[in-house]
Amino acid sequence: MTMMTMAKALNEGLRRALESDRHVLLLGEDIGKLGGVFRVTDGLQKDFGEDRVIDAPLAESAIVGTSVGLAMRGYRTVVEIQFDGFVYPAFDQIVSQAAKLHKRSAGAYTMGLVIRLPFQGGIGAVEHHSESPEAYFVHTAGLRVVACSTPNDAYWMIQQAVAHDDPVIFCEPKCRYWDKGEVDLENPPTGLFDAVVRRPGRDVTVVAYGSMVKVALQAAEAAAEEGRDLEVIDLRGLSPMDLDTVAASVERTGRLLVIQEAPPIASVGSEIVAAIQERCFYSLRAPATRVSGFYVPYPASKIEDEFRPSVDRVLWSLDQLMEHDS
Amino acid sequence: MGGEELIQLLTPEGERRQHDDYESTLTRDEILGFYRDMVIVRRLCNEATSLQRQGQLALWAPLQGQEAAQIGAGRALGPQDFAFPSYREHGVAWTRGVPPADMARIFRATVTGGWDPRQYRYSLPTVVLGDQTLHAVGYAMGIQRDGADEAVMVFFGDGASSQGDVLESFVWAASFQAPVVFVLQNNQWAISEPTSLQTRIPLYHRADGFGFPGVRVDGNDVLAMYEVTRRALDRARAGEGPTLIEAFTYRMGAHTTSDDPTRYRVEADVEVWRHRDPVERVKALLARSHRVRSSRFAEIAEEADALALALREDVLAMGPPPATDMFDDVYAEPHPWVEEGRRTLSAFLAEVAP
Repeated sequence: MTMMTMAKALNEGLRRALESDRHVLLLGEDIGKLGGVFRVTDGLQKDFGEDRVIDAPLAESAIVGTSVGLAMRGYRTVVEIQFDGFVYPAFDQIVSQAAKLHKRSAGAYTMGLVIRLPFQGGIGAVEHHSESPEAYFVHTAGLRVVACSTPNDAYWMIQQAVAHDDPVIFCEPKCRYWDKGEVDLENPPTGLFDAVVRRPGRDVTVVAYGSMVKVALQAAEAAAEEGRDLEVIDLRGLSPMDLDTVAASVERTGRLLVIQEAPPIASVGSEIVAAIQERCFYSLRAPATRVSGFYVPYPASKIEDEFRPSVDRVLWSLDQLMEHDS
Repeated sequence: MGGEELIQLLTPEGERRQHDDYESTLTRDEILGFYRDMVIVRRLCNEATSLQRQGQLALWAPLQGQEAAQIGAGRALGPQDFAFPSYREHGVAWTRGVPPADMARIFRATVTGGWDPRQYRYSLPTVVLGDQTLHAVGYAMGIQRDGADEAVMVFFGDGASSQGDVLESFVWAASFQAPVVFVLQNNQWAISEPTSLQTRIPLYHRADGFGFPGVRVDGNDVLAMYEVTRRALDRARAGEGPTLIEAFTYRMGAHTTSDDPTRYRVEADVEVWRHRDPVERVKALLARSHRVRSSRFAEIAEEADALALALREDVLAMGPPPATDMFDDVYAEPHPWVEEGRRTLSAFLAEVAP
């Protein structure tokens, strides 16, 4: 066990991926000498060379598009999109090409490609630096989407994503880059898409991913003082979603609360709520509920704390959920 | 036509023409081979258009007028090279050995691809304009990292030249000196929009601004297309970077079988280009300078007819795939949501549909 930040854990995970396979490349803006704006690739160009850790011209569509071409050649490129709000210029290459080429080629092309996406807010940034675009990609068949929430998961999930033969959108909660945690350098925790119960509980199933896992755990601590026992599930896989783990929990608790920074409409939370009411209708004792950002453009960051679900807002929604109880 | 810098080695009348930088060293048999290629792809294309008119294909994108651009460039490729088409490059597909029936599959709407791109070292039709230019540059960057003696060729059109992806691919190819040859078939029309709407300068001039050579070739001259693309491929393999080749040509037919060009262009313009036909000029050269007899031309026409008939038979035999094919190959590894869909549709089909 080693204590490190999530940014360092990603760095170490990428280092191992680069060591294990000469076909692994890193590609992104400012990832070389600078080490990326979040320093996730710090020192990797120095150790692996400019041919493998490639500073990209500033063109996101080209970053993804050339990675698709490299995948056709058998390379596995880990792309860094500098911020969530800059991924949209690459949207066409992601959804029309990376997502569809395995199908279009009847399996001949393998799209070994990881798109690292620092996402969600909470860092007081200017516009386009705090968004949660994951639902766009979850909606697109052919892509896989994951979100890490701890340094240990970051270390292992990035390696698992690189080894995966499908294109993976790898969501990194940027407000957690500097949180420290124990990393087990020997044994992976679980599969790339498996949900993990972070805190067992009896009364309510709380599902979160990325930045909101920490909020969920803090809310559970606070709720415990009021005698409410929350089970917190870190979803990890957004496509596919480990709905078996969520459903098993809801079967026991009878209540579901999903927490996400994204706007609620047609979101990851929407899918969880819809799927769980289909699966667990007769176990639910209250309406499955989302606590989300709002259906507005991500706000100016001076008021982002009111946009992002806070511990207090989670507890407030929890109160409403418990009032519904039957 | 095409300006003073147009590289032409064979006039529309079938006369050889000298050029300071390029010289055709092709033998009689090689030129005859190109002629055969062009006759065959034109005949296949006519058959496919007929099949669409008869309701047997959902769509077809005719290549008439662009045979020389495609055969010249396609035949310049080495077996080790890799090429990326747009969606009209049936001629290039032919040179890579893709069976005509496989070219028709996407237009029969039984698949979204059609062949194994690794087998022919020829990628799949790309319908979103210009996307493939970035794939080509990425693939070329892979060649560089492998230290391989290979090059990439990518096809796109005058319409796609306005796409951001194409311009980004120019930036990247230049920055990384990628071994890629851009073949821009300027067929003068992007559906109904003339090239003048896409650009205020000759398209090959754009390469200057990105820092690599650009040339304009008579795209209806198979000898020039072959020599210029071959030279650019050699240059790419030698590590000297990308080249933009503008094949100045004309789309004689409709954009696709869904298009009606009479709404936006006049017949007189088409007639001008009919006199620049890429196939007839080679036939004239072969007959006059190489003494190819009319019986040989007749044999080639018969061969093309036979291939067209085979294409027709193959297309008519192509039934719709099982509906559950939609669930295959979506992912390299099983995905539960795809499998859930497979189960649902299978159950529905088993219980409700015959």
